[in-house]
Amino acid sequence: MQIPLALQFVNLLASMLLLIVFAMLAQRRILSLINLFAWQGALLALSTFVVAYTTAQHHLYYSAALTLLLKVIVLPWLLHRLIRKLNIRWDVETLLNIPTTMLAGIALVIFSFNLAAPISQMSQGITRGLIGIALASVLLSLLMMLTRRKAVTQVVAFLSLENGLFFAATSATQGMPLVVELGIALDVLVATFIFGIFFFQIRETFDSLDITHMEKLKDD
Amino acid sequence: MNNPHLILAVLFQLTQLLLVVLAAPMLTGWVNQCQAWLQNRSGAGLLQPYRVLNKLFHKDAVIADNASWLFRITPYIVFACMWLAAAIIPILAVDLPFSQAADVIALVGVFALARMFIALAAMDIGTSFGSMGARREMLVSFLAEPALLMVFFTASMISHSTQLPGIVEALAHHQFVLYPSLAFAGLAFVIVLLAENARIPVDNPSTHLELTMIHEAMILEYSARHLALIEWASSLKLFAYISIGIALFLPYGIAEMGNWAGLPAAIVLLVGKLALAGAALALLETVSAKMRIFRAPEFLGTAFLLAVLGLLIHFLLGA
Amino acid sequence: MIDLQLMALLGIPLLGGMLLALFGARPWAAELNSLMSGCTFIASVVLTLRVIDAGPQTAFNEQFFIDQFNVFLVALTAFVAFTTSLFSRPYMRIEQHHGKLSTSMLHLYYSMYQLFTFTMLVALTTNNMGIIWVAMEAATLTTVLLVSLYRTPASLEAAWKYFILCGVGIALALFGTILLYFAAERVLGEGGTALLWTHLNQVKGQLEPTVLKLAFVFLLVGYGTKIGLVPLHSWLPDAHAEGPTPVSAVLSGLLLNVALCAVMRSKVLVDGSLGTHFAGNLMMGFGLLSVVVAALFLSRQKDIKRMFAYSSIEHMGLITFAFGMGGPVATFAAMLHMTMHSLTKSAIFYAVGHAVQKCGTQQMEHIRGLMQVSPTVGWGLALGTFAILGMPPFGVFASEFLIITTAMHEYPWTTPILLAALGIAFAAVFGKVQPMVFGETTVKPLPHPPALIPVFLHLVLVLILGLYMPPYLANWYRQAAALLG
Repeated sequence: MQIPLALQFVNLLASMLLLIVFAMLAQRRILSLINLFAWQGALLALSTFVVAYTTAQHHLYYSAALTLLLKVIVLPWLLHRLIRKLNIRWDVETLLNIPTTMLAGIALVIFSFNLAAPISQMSQGITRGLIGIALASVLLSLLMMLTRRKAVTQVVAFLSLENGLFFAATSATQGMPLVVELGIALDVLVATFIFGIFFFQIRETFDSLDITHMEKLKDD
Repeated sequence: MNNPHLILAVLFQLTQLLLVVLAAPMLTGWVNQCQAWLQNRSGAGLLQPYRVLNKLFHKDAVIADNASWLFRITPYIVFACMWLAAAIIPILAVDLPFSQAADVIALVGVFALARMFIALAAMDIGTSFGSMGARREMLVSFLAEPALLMVFFTASMISHSTQLPGIVEALAHHQFVLYPSLAFAGLAFVIVLLAENARIPVDNPSTHLELTMIHEAMILEYSARHLALIEWASSLKLFAYISIGIALFLPYGIAEMGNWAGLPAAIVLLVGKLALAGAALALLETVSAKMRIFRAPEFLGTAFLLAVLGLLIHFLLGA
Repeated sequence: MIDLQLMALLGIPLLGGMLLALFGARPWAAELNSLMSGCTFIASVVLTLRVIDAGPQTAFNEQFFIDQFNVFLVALTAFVAFTTSLFSRPYMRIEQHHGKLSTSMLHLYYSMYQLFTFTMLVALTTNNMGIIWVAMEAATLTTVLLVSLYRTPASLEAAWKYFILCGVGIALALFGTILLYFAAERVLGEGGTALLWTHLNQVKGQLEPTVLKLAFVFLLVGYGTKIGLVPLHSWLPDAHAEGPTPVSAVLSGLLLNVALCAVMRSKVLVDGSLGTHFAGNLMMGFGLLSVVVAALFLSRQKDIKRMFAYSSIEHMGLITFAFGMGGPVATFAAMLHMTMHSLTKSAIFYAVGHAVQKCGTQQMEHIRGLMQVSPTVGWGLALGTFAILGMPPFGVFASEFLIITTAMHEYPWTTPILLAALGIAFAAVFGKVQPMVFGETTVKPLPHPPALIPVFLHLVLVLILGLYMPPYLANWYRQAAALLG
């Protein structure tokens, strides 16, 4: 089965998206993590653009522009500003055992591909498997949230999770209704602002952005 | 296959064998020359490896008193293995008679055989450097080999064949298709190539610093013609790896069976690709720093991860 | 006409949020807050009467959809939001007197309170499955800063947990929504209508079952995090215990219902597509687990708000279980229980709020003799506890009784589990509340008179509904139950 070149390109972008999530999973430095996040956004915008071009859906151009604006420019800029203000620009996070995390990641990818296999078989050609990749990047971002111990990196993981979802929304289903996409984008933006507020509150209270300090509330 | 065809094929095969064994040191020289240029040095020239080989062949070999026969035959075996590997890989043309004999898995086995002998020989003398080098070499290859196999599997899945000619045939003669899985496999292959050929960032071929060396530590006891053979084998190995890379990821323009007219074009294209690949390798080595040996497993783990991801993506996307 | 009424319902809280964002620091902000909530309540009553008269209808180019099921939740939400705003007026003032809150914090609280009401009403009335998601996420965003309003380490931790867990949960729900769209697009075509619930409902038989199955799992896990279903509940006790009490009351009494409403909307579609009891079974499993785990955790609590938060998990589990069983009786009972739980639990939180203010601690071992401190608070807490534990004259008894008899009929093996869990919960809560209400105390009565009209208003309603259900109300519930199948 021969699929058009543009959609092959979307497939390639999807794979690169997955690769970036893996890179984020293994990235120790906060600064590089944010840059990776910006790259992820750029890939997302590009793939949305290609899908918009091939399916001739005009509202997807807006989505692509929105993604470019929000996830490649505004959010990374906000995060950069934030880590400069919080003076954690060069922070390095100690990660637990990267190979184990990677193996867990591979297991998650297999799991989500398996889950998505019946879906990709029934959809006609063009977006085969993209749901699986989107699901895999969502689950990998979840794994990243679990393994991270710093507030900022958890937030980057959260945003990357959102990116995976956005990829599913724009590429795999070829665009949700614009009003929904706008709503999602607004929520993400507001969430980032609130996260920013939180960082300052947390640091003021705990003198650190390490969330290991925040494990007091437990049922004993 | 009728007789004239067979003769033609054998002729092709012999041309390739001769060409490879003669051209391999030149490729090493080219990589070194590029590196020199990138580092603002004038460099020793393309022919320097030949001069070194010439010099070594004219020297008298010194062998440790306690060296066994294993130590003596290893250079020949290693050289033979690498030459055989170069014979299997479709470098100039697709339908070579030798390449029917072994598929990609056997190719990995040939490399492993050479490695086993060289590691045994390194331990044979009983010096601490030899053992250390052998141990490190094994650590690296133990991680690189599965990744390499995964890369081959991905390519095999796409082309439905484990024979290198079959893979190349399938990839070169289809209409252009973007294979995300091959892109992953390609990245993984580059990492494996760096590790297996003792290049930066895993190893540094031009240093004898005891803390860092891997490959050089193993061949420290060799001299003269033995050393020359091993060096030549290393060049052949690099040539073979780069050729595999070209065959898997850039096969376009390879000559078809019996197409004498296509041969010159294929040679010119091949030289161009090799030159490009060598320059890229030099660039890669220049911009990256040698990593600590303890980080090597992580680096190679990345290769494995990439290769597995490529395979998985092939299953999911079918591309 | 319906457009106008809906615009009033949604516009008033939005306007209120904007006004309070401007004037939230003024001394009369609390009154403005109550006024706006009161107007919202009136708008909801008008809308409800209309829907009861005229049946389900859509508004604003089909973007909104009101039927008997969600209009009942709209009325409930607007009512509890109104009474909570009445309660919070004196409550927050006292907190300010105690120096726990500054004017700027109150400013934030009032404007966010209105916006929160707005997001919940949007989530309830929208016809678009995507907008439900957006509104649910917005509901999290508006409340997360309220949970950390006190800026104590514990409240920050609770808010962070709430934010992260609900953010992740709701993200999974988005994935479910995307899958739903993915399936719908093939039937309804691309464009705006493929996420509209009314359209989906018409073609639910043609939706691809494999996709919907997967979509429902994600939707249930996602919105289930918001409902507080075990094992996704861990944010809930923290957020309830550390946030201001009015916020606990609206979280427990309203937000959980809204999330459940979203799940029910999806369940209708999935049932129609699959034709099996898959969705119901999943909900029953989660519900049963929540009831049992929450009951076991109840006895180990030391913090009073935390204990009632676990009680909320237990009751939401019970409601989810009842919805999962399906059928007219169980769905009827579930909706009744939803109403009763919202009214009772918010009443309890009001009483608890005043009790905590009087004793200066949330630790139950230090709260003693509320009857001596303030008989109204004491009776409020005692009666509220009786009600929530399902003692006979109150409405909770009726709904729990209905749920359990239906379970006995349809799934007999669940009955002993449910009864045991309810028994454990009863023993745990009663044993802890009794010494708090009665018993001796050294605390002197405080000068602030408690505002307990909302408490008794809710309890009286619960009592009346327990003793006598007006036929039109029963009819209304029955119609809504029929819609959900």
